[in-house]
Amino acid sequence: MSAYHTGSNQLRTVKILNVRDETPTIKSFIFHDRFAAKASPGQFVMIWIPGVDEVPMSLSTINPKECNIAITVEKVGEATRKLHRMKAGEVVGIRGPFGRGYTLTKAKNVMIVGGGTGLASLAPLTEKIAKQRGRRVTFLLGAKTREELLFLERMKTLLAANKHRMGVTTEDGSYGTKGLITQPAEQLLAKERFDMVYACGPELMMQKMFLLTERSNVPFQASLERLMRCAIGLCGTCVIGKYRVCRDGPVFSGEQLSEVKEEFGHFKRGFNSQKIAI
Amino acid sequence: MANRLAVEIAGLKLPNPTMLAAGILGLTSASLREAIENGAGAVVTKSVGLKPREGYPNPTVVQVSCGLLNAMGLPNPGVHDFVAEIREVKQFRVEVPIIVSVYGFSAEEFAEVARIAEKAGADALELNVSCPHVEKTGSEIGQSPSLVAEVVEKVKSATKKPIFLKLTPNVADIVEVAKKGVEAGADVITAVNTLRAMKIDVETAQPVLANKMGGLSGPAMKPAAVRCVYEIYEAVDVPIIGCGGVATWQDAVEFMLAGASAVQIGTAIASEGLGVFKSVTKGIDSYLRRRGYGSVREIVGLSHRL
Repeated sequence: MSAYHTGSNQLRTVKILNVRDETPTIKSFIFHDRFAAKASPGQFVMIWIPGVDEVPMSLSTINPKECNIAITVEKVGEATRKLHRMKAGEVVGIRGPFGRGYTLTKAKNVMIVGGGTGLASLAPLTEKIAKQRGRRVTFLLGAKTREELLFLERMKTLLAANKHRMGVTTEDGSYGTKGLITQPAEQLLAKERFDMVYACGPELMMQKMFLLTERSNVPFQASLERLMRCAIGLCGTCVIGKYRVCRDGPVFSGEQLSEVKEEFGHFKRGFNSQKIAI
Repeated sequence: MANRLAVEIAGLKLPNPTMLAAGILGLTSASLREAIENGAGAVVTKSVGLKPREGYPNPTVVQVSCGLLNAMGLPNPGVHDFVAEIREVKQFRVEVPIIVSVYGFSAEEFAEVARIAEKAGADALELNVSCPHVEKTGSEIGQSPSLVAEVVEKVKSATKKPIFLKLTPNVADIVEVAKKGVEAGADVITAVNTLRAMKIDVETAQPVLANKMGGLSGPAMKPAAVRCVYEIYEAVDVPIIGCGGVATWQDAVEFMLAGASAVQIGTAIASEGLGVFKSVTKGIDSYLRRRGYGSVREIVGLSHRL
């Protein structure tokens, strides 16, 4: 709770240990950080690129044993372009971890639906769940094209090793089934009973998954993305309805999402707080 | 508990003396409602101006010893958009006053924004002549008693609602500014906004805030803010709202003993959560009961009367 008195909100600088190419537009950066390495899946950090910007980033690897974390970054704006040019040994600032991550339940039959860079926060969650006894995981991964499928090999290896199911779609049909990832998800939800569905990806995908799970009365969790500034629940930049995504989220339950139905999947807010259609 | 805690400030009735400070949440009706639901006795919106503003790039907030620095840069959707949020929150609960914080780049702009906010249903206006990190407004106005007087007069002639004047601590003599503000028609003094400050990262040698300069808030501000309230109380006859580092009931009572009729809470929401309004209110109530006071009014300025 105590985001401000604890050490984790203190800005510290960390060296980039390693940079890994994931897709033509996505790279992962690995750091050593004792606070972030204690995060739970779904929590996020603020990464300061000195002199450029500070941006929220999901943790795509959480390794408490080696005290390492990774962030997985798509080149989309000034800050991420600058990050993509940075190499091992260079320094960035970090604060966090912040927010509420995914809640782990005793659910047996679990569906995890990831689209695009949504895989970043779902990967550590899936790694945790897939290795637990008594779970049956159905992992659905979607992207626009084959080369944009994030963590395909990582997930394939993990799921095969633990005898779980995996489904893949691409919008252009270059890998897996042609179409949107929500299509196999909808078919599976109609056929069998799931105890929990996790989703992270484009908001309209998550909204679709929310509506599907709401209709079939399946517990649901999704990780939302909004513009952020303070990350500690003060500035109000990231609000959705009565919730602050940085503090009350970024992961919300289906019940919480149904309280913000008028906003979720419909609009977000810009830095000046004006509404922007999704 | 309700009667003992109720306060009246410039005709506004507050169920308790804790208020949401300007700049914290406060840009949407839903987040203002959330502060009210959590027990705020009044809420002050984030500052709004005539036109939308994006504010500064990140980092806009950084933690320092005993406090936070921020340089948001007055992000807001502009008063024309914001009227919808004011209307929505007014429909929600009438017994908690909604004070709209306004800023402008001229006295005329302040007056125009205030007029529009009043029309939308603002119960009062708080003039932000104290933001320490945006040029040509905020503390650049608040450091000049004559400019402050000009802004207050213009707003006074444009609206009938009570005017809260939020002062900057970045002045040699805050009492002089308070006096000029009250002479010009301010109904309430809010003391104080953040102290102009900065942080440099030693590893990169870079100033952390994108704007380099920001405002210091939180526990580090409290002794300075209490001093400001104490001095202003001796010099003016209007109610004072204490602001700066309130996180516990002891902080709130200290401000009241110095002369504050109510307190505003902001930074503490990060450390204590929104439950801070209730915990402070409850603490004040126990203090009053334990010391045998029938009303919170009895302790306002008590330190001056000993």
